[in-house]
Amino acid sequence: MPLLKDGTHTENQYKVLSAEEATDALPPGDYLFPVSHIELALQFQAEGHGKSGLWLDSSDEPRISTDLLNQFTVVAVNFPKFIDGRGYSIAFLLRERLGFNGDIRAIGDVLVDQLNYMRRCGFSSFELREDQDVEVAVREMNGFTNFYQTSADEAIPAYRLRHNL
Amino acid sequence: MSGRAVFLKLPGHITKATDDQSMYKYDDYDQRIVADRVRQFHDQTQRFLDGKLSEDEFLPLRLQNGLYVQRFAPMLRIAIPYGMVNSEQLRKLSDISRRYDKGYVHFTTRQNLQLNWPSLEEVPNILEELTSVQMHAIQTSGNCIRNTTTDQFAGVAHDEIVDPRPWCEIIRQWSTLHPEFSFLPRKFKIAVSGSVEDRAATNVHDIGIHAHLNDNGAVRFKILAGGGLGRTPMIGSVIKESLEPEHLLSYLYAVLRVYNQYGRRDNKYKARIKILVKALTPQVFAEKVEQEWLPIKDSNAHLPEQEISRVASFFTEPAYQSLASVDLNDLALSASVPFQLWLKRNVHLHKKPGYSAVTLTLKATADAPGDASAEQLDAIADLADKYSFGELRVSHEQNLIFADVQQKQLYELWQQLEILGLATPNQGLLTDMICCPGGDFCALANARSIPLAEDIQRRFENIDFLHDIGELDLNISGCMNACGHHHVGHIGILGVDRKGEEYYQIQVGGASGYDTSLGKILGPSFKMEEVPDVVNKLLQTYVKERRPDERFIDTCRRIGVEPFKESVYAAA
Ligand code: HEM
Ligand code: SF4
Repeated sequence: MPLLKDGTHTENQYKVLSAEEATDALPPGDYLFPVSHIELALQFQAEGHGKSGLWLDSSDEPRISTDLLNQFTVVAVNFPKFIDGRGYSIAFLLRERLGFNGDIRAIGDVLVDQLNYMRRCGFSSFELREDQDVEVAVREMNGFTNFYQTSADEAIPAYRLRHNL
Repeated sequence: MSGRAVFLKLPGHITKATDDQSMYKYDDYDQRIVADRVRQFHDQTQRFLDGKLSEDEFLPLRLQNGLYVQRFAPMLRIAIPYGMVNSEQLRKLSDISRRYDKGYVHFTTRQNLQLNWPSLEEVPNILEELTSVQMHAIQTSGNCIRNTTTDQFAGVAHDEIVDPRPWCEIIRQWSTLHPEFSFLPRKFKIAVSGSVEDRAATNVHDIGIHAHLNDNGAVRFKILAGGGLGRTPMIGSVIKESLEPEHLLSYLYAVLRVYNQYGRRDNKYKARIKILVKALTPQVFAEKVEQEWLPIKDSNAHLPEQEISRVASFFTEPAYQSLASVDLNDLALSASVPFQLWLKRNVHLHKKPGYSAVTLTLKATADAPGDASAEQLDAIADLADKYSFGELRVSHEQNLIFADVQQKQLYELWQQLEILGLATPNQGLLTDMICCPGGDFCALANARSIPLAEDIQRRFENIDFLHDIGELDLNISGCMNACGHHHVGHIGILGVDRKGEEYYQIQVGGASGYDTSLGKILGPSFKMEEVPDVVNKLLQTYVKERRPDERFIDTCRRIGVEPFKESVYAAA
C-alpha cells in the first residue's frame, strides 16, 4: 500500500497486526500491534525482534500514559470507513493532549480527499488505500494556504495571523 | 471603517457606498479560503465525472459544498450567514438563478437559499461566481457544523441585549473547514440569540447560545446542548451558565470533541448530539465537556481580544439619520385598509427612533412558501438600496426583512412592495407558514406539503379573519425529518404514509422561543382535503375559549389539547 510521509511516497516498513495475529510467536519484523496488546508490543521490541508500533481503532480511547506512548516510534489510527471521523479527534489527543512525538499514521480507509484534515489533526504519515492516486494525494494535502482554526499542526489560524499573534 | 476590503461594484447598477452596510467583509484570508475551497471542489467534481471518485466517496464532499441530489435534480444550498445579505449579493443570486436554474430561489428555515435545478457539472462554476460576492455554500449540508443562525432582527431589535452577529461570524469562521469536525456522526447546528425574545429557535439546535450581560455589563454566554427536531424532538439543556467570550471557541472544541468521540454512529436516527446528551444525562455530558475544555482553555483556541474587536467593528450602526419617531397610528389614520394591516403585521419596532424593520413575507397564496423569483430578487435589491442601506435579512420563517427603513418612507415602500406582490400583510399569522419542500421535490417525503399549504392559504384568505385570529405559527413537514419545524408550530402538520397514501397528522401546542414546547399529536391522521376543515375547527375552538389578548398558543397552554381534540374528532 502506498505510504505517504513527509510529503513523499516512501517504503512502508510496518505490518498491521490483528488481535489474532498478535501472539508471542511472531517472526522477526516491524509490526503495529493493536493497542490492547501494548504489553506484547513492548516486550517484542525489548527482546530485539524488531520495531513495534501501536494502532488504535476508531472506537478505542486514547488513554495511555505519555511515557508509555513515547516508547513507540509509530502510533497508527484506523479509519474503518472514511466517514468515521473519530480518528481525527484521536490523533489530536495523541499529539496535543498526550504529547506523543513520534509518527502518527492513518491506516484503513484513507482517501486523498481527507488528507489535508488528517494532517492538520496531527497525522504525519498516511497508508493510502490501494486504489488512491499519490499525485492527487500530494496536491490535495497542500491545497489550502490559510486556515480558520488551530489544530495539531503548525498552522497559525487566521484569527491570530491577522494580529501577528 | 478602516481596514475593510473594497467591495466589487458592477457597472450599471444602483450602487451605493457599501461601507454603509454593517456587514462582515472578507479580508484576504477569507477570500483565499473560499477560493481554495472552490478550486478543490472543481477538482473533486472533475474526478467524480471522470469516474475516479465513487458515488459514496463523492457524497460527503458534495454535501459539504451544498450539493444535494433530491427527487428530480440536484439542489444547491447556499449559505446566507446569520441571515445577512446585501444588494450586490442579491443581484448575483438572481443572476445565477437565471443562468444556471429556472429563475427562482427558495429560502429555507436555516438562513440558507436553495436552487432546485442546477446541473451537477456546473455547480463548481456557481460556487466560483459566489466567491466574487463573498458568498459560499460551504457546509450547508452533510455531517458537519452547518450555517450558524440567529435573529433576523440582530443589530436593530428593540429588545436586543447583545448583538449576536459578531459571535456568529466568529463561529462561522471557526467552523468552516474544521479539520477535526467535518466527519461527525451527524449534522450539527448552532444558533445564537442575544435578545429578550428568542427569534432563532435556539432551544431546538444542537448548540444554542444565549448571549447576555452579567452584573458588570460584560458579555457572557449561556450554552445549551442537545436540542433538535427530527424524529426524536428534544429541547436543549443548559450545560454552561456563563461562559466568557474569549473561551467561546475552546468551549465549542470541547463540546464537539466529546460529541465526535461518543456520539452514536451505528444508527443515523440516534446519531444527533441530543441522543448522546440524553443518554449520558445533561449533567454528565457537561462534566465530560468541562474535562475536555480545561486543558485547552488557554491554548491557541483562546480567542484574542483583538479579533473580537475586529469582527465587532463590522457590525456598527449604519449611517442613521437622527429622526423623530413617527406614530404609526397617525400613519394609518387616513390610509387604506391594506396599508393599515401591513403596518400592523409587517412593520416592527426598531431600536432607533424614526426607523422600523419591515418583513416581506414570501407567503402569498399559490406561491410555494419561501420561494422568490429572480425578478423579485432584483427588485428587492433595488428597494434595499433605496430604503434600507442596501442590506436584507432572511428569517427562519422563510421571510425577508428590510432592517432599517425610515418610518416616513413606509408608505412609499409599501406601495412598491404591493406592485411586486411582496406586501402580503400576514407576518406571524396563520398563512405565514413554515413549510418544507415535501413530496414535490424531496425524495424522503411521505406526503406533499406545498399543495397543502396552498389549500390552507386559500381556505383562510379572509384577511380580517386572519387578523382576528392573530399570531399563529402553522408549520408543515412532509416527513419525520421535520425540516418544516412542525413540532414547534402552534399548529404542526406532519405528512405520514398510510399504506402508500398521503395522510397528515395534526399537533397543537408547540412553540419555539425561550419558552419552547413540543406540540402534542391530536389523534388519527387526515387526508389532504380534510386538513383545512380540521384547522378551521381548531381555530373555532380557540375563538370560543380565548380570553382577551390571549394568543392561540396561550389558550392552548391554559386549556390543554383536550378541547381541540374533541372539536376535531367529534361526530359530525
Ligand atoms: C429537499 C431536500 C431536503 C432533504 C432531502 C432534507 C433532508 C433532511 C433530513 C434527512 C433531516 C433530518 C436530519 C436529522 O434528523 O438528523 C432534515 C432536517 C432539517 N431540514 Fe431538511 N431536507 C431538505 C430540504 C430542506 C429545506 C428546503 C429546509 C428548509 C425549508 C430544510 C430544513 C431542515 C431543518 C431546519 C432541519 C432540522 C430539524 C432538526 O433539528 O432536526 N430542509 N432535513
Ligand atoms: S421534512 Fe421530510 S419531506 Fe420535508 S424536506 Fe425534510 S426530508 Fe423532505
